[in-house]
Amino acid sequence: MELLMSIVVGILFALGIYLLLSRNMMRVVLGSALITHGANLMLLTSGRLKRGAAPFIPTDGSIITSFTDPVPQALILTAIVISFGTSAFLIAMAYRAYQELGSVDLSDLRGVEDE
Amino acid sequence: MNSNIIAMPVVIPMLVGIITIFFYKSLKWQKIVAGLGATINLIIAFVILQETYLNGMIVLPVGAFPAPFSIVLAADVFGAIMVVLAAIVAFVTLYYSFLTIDKGRESHFYYTLFALQIMGINGAFMTGDIFNLFVFFEILLLSSYALLVLGGEPYQLQEGFKYIILNMISGVVFLIAVAVLYSVVGTLNMADIAVKVAEAPEKGLLTAVGMTFLVVFGMKGALFPMYFWLPRSYFAPPAAIAALFGALLTKVGIYATIRVFTLIFNYDAGFTHYMILLLAGFTMFLGVLGALSQMDFKRILAYHIISQVGYMVMGLGIFTPWAMVGAIFYIIHHILVKSGLFLTAGVASEVLGTTDLRKLGGMAKTNPALAWIFLILGLSLAGVPPFSGFFSKLVLIQAGMEVERWGIVFVSLIVSFLTLFSMMKIWRFAFWGTTPEGVTPLRGKAYWKLLPPAAILMVLTIVIGLNAQFFLKYITVAADQLMNPQIYIKAVLSI
Repeated sequence: MELLMSIVVGILFALGIYLLLSRNMMRVVLGSALITHGANLMLLTSGRLKRGAAPFIPTDGSIITSFTDPVPQALILTAIVISFGTSAFLIAMAYRAYQELGSVDLSDLRGVEDE
Repeated sequence: MNSNIIAMPVVIPMLVGIITIFFYKSLKWQKIVAGLGATINLIIAFVILQETYLNGMIVLPVGAFPAPFSIVLAADVFGAIMVVLAAIVAFVTLYYSFLTIDKGRESHFYYTLFALQIMGINGAFMTGDIFNLFVFFEILLLSSYALLVLGGEPYQLQEGFKYIILNMISGVVFLIAVAVLYSVVGTLNMADIAVKVAEAPEKGLLTAVGMTFLVVFGMKGALFPMYFWLPRSYFAPPAAIAALFGALLTKVGIYATIRVFTLIFNYDAGFTHYMILLLAGFTMFLGVLGALSQMDFKRILAYHIISQVGYMVMGLGIFTPWAMVGAIFYIIHHILVKSGLFLTAGVASEVLGTTDLRKLGGMAKTNPALAWIFLILGLSLAGVPPFSGFFSKLVLIQAGMEVERWGIVFVSLIVSFLTLFSMMKIWRFAFWGTTPEGVTPLRGKAYWKLLPPAAILMVLTIVIGLNAQFFLKYITVAADQLMNPQIYIKAVLSI
């Protein structure tokens, strides 16, 4: 299962980087979103993927091993919220930049008069 | 003393941020709340510094869970010094914002964003948890995105987009590094990580994680080769924001680098710290070369941030107690002087309406007070005695000679010389010569009101320079704690 997840993470990263390298602003935004998803999945996988029991220590003193570490999942929640906020801001800003600059082509965003 | 006090540098700016939202119709009340918050923050920062200096580290396990399981806030002397510096810079830039920021920006939650920015910066200095560090980074970045594009001028939007994308990517890399680190050591508390990393038998993967952290923090801290975004984005916002960014944002990255590479990844200094030393050399040299090629007041200063960052990391790269003293001393000196210089650039652009050196001139005659402030700050930046820049460079270069790192010593001396050259360039074009035709320099009351923020910082650099022994006492304790990570680990894990 971890292997499958690693491949998925790899694919997400590849797609994200491909989109990031394009010149269209909107594609760059989508690319950054995909990469963030990839990183979140990776964080999920780092807590191992198992099934069987809830992550509680039983009162009878027995030891359970078939549970997933819950901490990475809590971290992902935080990371998702943060990336959601940043993406929302970025999309709003890209739209504003389009209104002001009249273009979504990143190569038009280059340079200033005095350089 | 109650350890809750170290949460205050985070809580107070947060409250200020929240309260100013409610006063969105009344700029007067926003300013009162923001000013009050900055003052209280300054006082509390000094109390924390004095307390940590006299009685050792203060650790606060948030929510009173025992240490490795909860998020801890931990203040050692280094962290406390950074909080004090952040509070000073916040105080003066806020005062400068009151005078110069236009109504449009102010009424669009400028003071809220400003306060949240300070909250993120203070939090990053105080936290003892690696994921919490990520969260505070994102808080300060998110408010910096908004501050950078606030006003919506085309140039701001153009540079803002790149800045956001780059920082988003570095945030993702940060997350990956945390994920891999967590899967190896199974904990997020930095002190606990340090223990687990020291015990780990196989350190190859950990070194890779450490290098990933170096990339992330290097991107925030503008290390070679990840500094290309800095000069243009720091040129975009108004002077008050540029001063805040230039003084504090990159230093959060440098702080995190120093924290992580003294506490956690200190087992293979021959490799990791040598890499850092190499990066330091390239950073300072290429940064100063960039500055030499510019013809704009603010841009030159922005490039000098890069070259100065090199000196701080040089202290970490040499990695002896005396070198750490130099690095911390340099951070103190740099934060004060750099924000002061950005503020003088701001005043210059208020006086003559531009920061382009070719369109400036004659201010030594028309505005002599401004010229003196710039001269002292500029000489201090270049490392001329008796200002703070001289002593911080002296310590660093001494430390480099002690362990015979001749290469970096040579580079740092050359860079310091070139820094003097580019300060002289600003002096020659902006302050000497004649006033350009068709502009009347701003004088009188409106001009004098703008000077106190930069003047405060100028006084501080003189005081630190003339009284270096006193400040070295604090810095030596801070460097001691950094070089003996057992102090940090014991303080955090014994709670």
